[in-house]
Amino acid sequence: MIDAIYAHLPILLIVLPLVAAPCCVLVGNGRAAYLLALVVSFLTFACSIVLLGEALDHDVIRYELGNWSPPYGIEYRVDIFSGFVMAFVSGIGAIVLVYAPLSVRDEIPASKHYLFYATYLLCMTGLLGMCVTGDLFNVFVFLEISSLSSYALISLGRTRRAPLAAFQYLILGSIGATFILIGIGLLYQMTGTLNMADIAARVPHEHGPRTVLVAFAFLTVGLCVKMAVFPLHTWLPNAYTYAPSVVTCFIAATATKVSVYAFVRIIFGIITPGFAFDVLPLDTELMLFSLVGIFIASTAAIYQDNVKRLLAYSSVAQIGYMLLGISMATPTGLSGGIVHMFNHALIKGGLFMVAGCFALRLGSVQLSDWKGAGRTMPFTALAWAIGGLALIGVPLTAGFISKWLLLTSAFETGRWPIAVLMLLSSLLAVVYVWRVVETLFFSEPSEAAANATEAPLRMLVPTYVLIGATLLFGVWTPYSAGIARQAAIALLGGTP
Amino acid sequence: MSPDHMIWISLALPLLAVGLIAFFGKTPDLRDGASGTIAGLLFIVTASLSIGVFSGERPELHLGEMLPGFEIAFRVEPLGMLFALVASGLWILTTAYAVGYMRGHHELHQTRFFACFAIAIFAALAAAFSANLFTLFVAYEVMTISTYPLVTHHGTEEAKRGGRIYLGILLSTSIAFFMLAIVWTWSLAGTLDFKLGGILSDAVAEDRISQTGLGVLIGLFAFGIGKAALMPFHRWLPAAMVAPTPVSALLHAVAVVKVGVFSVMKVCVYIFGLELLRETGVSLYLAYVAGFTLVVASLVAMTKDNLKARLAYSTIGQLAYITLGAMLATPNSVIGGGMHIAMHAVGKITLFFCAGAIYVAAHKKNISDMEGLGRKMPFTFAAFLIASVSIIGLPPGGGAWSKWFLAVGTVETHQYLLTAALMVSSLLNIAYLVPIPIRAFMKPKSGSPDEPVQETGGWFANLQEAPALCVVPLCVTAIGSVALFFAAEWIYQALLPITMMPS
Repeated sequence: MIDAIYAHLPILLIVLPLVAAPCCVLVGNGRAAYLLALVVSFLTFACSIVLLGEALDHDVIRYELGNWSPPYGIEYRVDIFSGFVMAFVSGIGAIVLVYAPLSVRDEIPASKHYLFYATYLLCMTGLLGMCVTGDLFNVFVFLEISSLSSYALISLGRTRRAPLAAFQYLILGSIGATFILIGIGLLYQMTGTLNMADIAARVPHEHGPRTVLVAFAFLTVGLCVKMAVFPLHTWLPNAYTYAPSVVTCFIAATATKVSVYAFVRIIFGIITPGFAFDVLPLDTELMLFSLVGIFIASTAAIYQDNVKRLLAYSSVAQIGYMLLGISMATPTGLSGGIVHMFNHALIKGGLFMVAGCFALRLGSVQLSDWKGAGRTMPFTALAWAIGGLALIGVPLTAGFISKWLLLTSAFETGRWPIAVLMLLSSLLAVVYVWRVVETLFFSEPSEAAANATEAPLRMLVPTYVLIGATLLFGVWTPYSAGIARQAAIALLGGTP
Repeated sequence: MSPDHMIWISLALPLLAVGLIAFFGKTPDLRDGASGTIAGLLFIVTASLSIGVFSGERPELHLGEMLPGFEIAFRVEPLGMLFALVASGLWILTTAYAVGYMRGHHELHQTRFFACFAIAIFAALAAAFSANLFTLFVAYEVMTISTYPLVTHHGTEEAKRGGRIYLGILLSTSIAFFMLAIVWTWSLAGTLDFKLGGILSDAVAEDRISQTGLGVLIGLFAFGIGKAALMPFHRWLPAAMVAPTPVSALLHAVAVVKVGVFSVMKVCVYIFGLELLRETGVSLYLAYVAGFTLVVASLVAMTKDNLKARLAYSTIGQLAYITLGAMLATPNSVIGGGMHIAMHAVGKITLFFCAGAIYVAAHKKNISDMEGLGRKMPFTFAAFLIASVSIIGLPPGGGAWSKWFLAVGTVETHQYLLTAALMVSSLLNIAYLVPIPIRAFMKPKSGSPDEPVQETGGWFANLQEAPALCVVPLCVTAIGSVALFFAAEWIYQALLPITMMPS
């Protein structure tokens, strides 16, 4: 029995939330749906942890869907990289659910609660599916599952701007998805297969037909939209700002990271870094857009009064750091990019949770309404300070680890100007983080803040789990930077 | 108990203090008692550790790798040992003083205050014992963050502004310059370990870094270590004066600023190597920056009427002495710089203690209001005078020796302009420090001169000193600054190994 479950873990990871989602709808009761979603999310988390452990022990786990052998059938593949991303996506998904009920009750009408949890599970299914599958078309399918459900989740926001933000995201997201689909179609036309490993073996790189180049271009641009790379990020600030707090926590921590995952898979698995970075100047372009994006988005973050929007712009900037690491294509740089996916998921998830706590108690995410809230909600405010320090990249926080890896890699490859720019850009983070800290601790309390009480424990504990994790993974890195390094070495093909 | 264990214990003790302080937060007597007891224990541990270190031992402690190749490790060498002794010794007195000051002043949030204080001491010790630049950097940043709540303790608009400048300058210089310099060093040397004779000589020999590059690198270190308060990155120190006086005393005269200059010295001695610096002369321009800083800071100090502001600028000037010694890179100048860490610490903490005592007893912040106060507070102002003598560098103050060695260093390297700067600055020191106690004793109390002096009873009855917990520590440190004059030989011998070439 146990063995049978073991053998089917890769598919269980998808089936569990996928089946639980309609069950939530059938139950039709917010509370029951919540319990179901909670149990399922922890089960998937357990599954992905076991899978990651297996991948670390025995290299790649292959699973043939319906016993159809690839390339005819769909193959699920779990290696260290996908296991790592799956683990943190499902882990954060579970923790956010623990945090969710009070915030959901506050922000979403009770009649829609069961639908909310169903959609949440669907979104998780899509994200995990993108990680687990080894089939390119399947990636697209799961991408659409996660995207469509996130449009729905975002539109649940309290204000009337939420549906508009979701619509904006829908338009841009669909354009991105269409680009990806065109890219996949062209690759299929050239190779006659959809299995990623198979495509990689067959695709003619150099001196190949122009079709391949066009396919790569479509895939890159499409994924850049989903990753919210500057200047294709325009959907993100509104979507993060107007979505319900819980949705923002989950999507900000996971959705863009999974798109980055897919991008890395395609670059290192199909296009190959040699072709993308040596023959094509993709690395220079990525670095350029990343750096410009980091500076512009960080500067924009400084001027926001809406804290969720501030964090959203910061997310756009942080994606830039991940891409910087990826485009360096060295073991250190790539592992820096990968570990930053994880670290940033913890940090941003934690910070959005803090924003959710304030939203619950103060009824607003405008910075002007947060004035002096540090006096009445000291623990929530302290969580912001710690998370903010991690975002800046201060030592003993997770943000420092990723920043350090990216810096050393920039120096290793002789790109010291990038190191300088990266460090200067973190100064912008100091400004936008500290603006909030000063408002929380030093301003005269606003009326709402003066009457507020500390956030409920049911929200504070999950928040501190993530914030505590940023501290833990800032000093103890075998399971963050260590795994990321193994993943990077595997992606770059063999021994370091 | 082996020396390796003692490193461990001396790092754990301040953290234990944090725990106890938080635990006894509701009972101030227990809390402050715990704080003081641990400070005492810490000093005993560091003192017994120092016996071995000064006789040539180099105990080590490896905590583990934070990232592959980047280790948190500790290795005690004479310079760090001296700094740790100074910091832990003065922590005892400051704890006593802080209890008197904070209670005398009815300050709020005392638990947070003492807890952050202990974290800062932990960071100071971790920096002092660090075996590589990575560990040093981590400790350096922990110190920046942990002292922010101390600087902004009062939570007022002024505190917010001071805190912003404090954190802004310290964090940005360390991120933008210091971190960059560390990564650069790592890419050149492949290691970040502190090694006598430096770790960059191979890179220079193989021509992987030019002379200009080397000059830029040491500049990044000197300015990146913002806690050394080299101009133009010195503004944080006066800004930090919004903190309660015990913070200014221990942290902004001893722990924080000394971590800065100590890091500069460590970089010069153990990363570049004195030999390399002397041969290439790349650090000389920084010696001139330091020379400029020490003269200008002394001039600015003269214009300040607020006592703490004047002392802050005086500190900036005195820190530049130490940086100057490190950058000249001769054995004498480095020993002079290292010695000045101890001499200035004991002298300056006395001055700050006095400033706080005056504020607690007479509620006076401005020097112009202190005339005639010496008759009411004779102990405080006598201590002020003695410590001033040491800071100025006159015998029998300890500062005489360190300034002597620094001056010898400037002459050895034929930088006579810097010799002149040192002399001018010493004169300026006299001008801005000595008049304060002199006028306090000599000038009659301001007010109508016709007013009859009310002498009832002996002079003893007229005393209006601060609480004993404030006055006793400042007398002890004042005596200490004289005692150090006679202990100079011992410090010299202790520091001599760091100037030797590796065998």
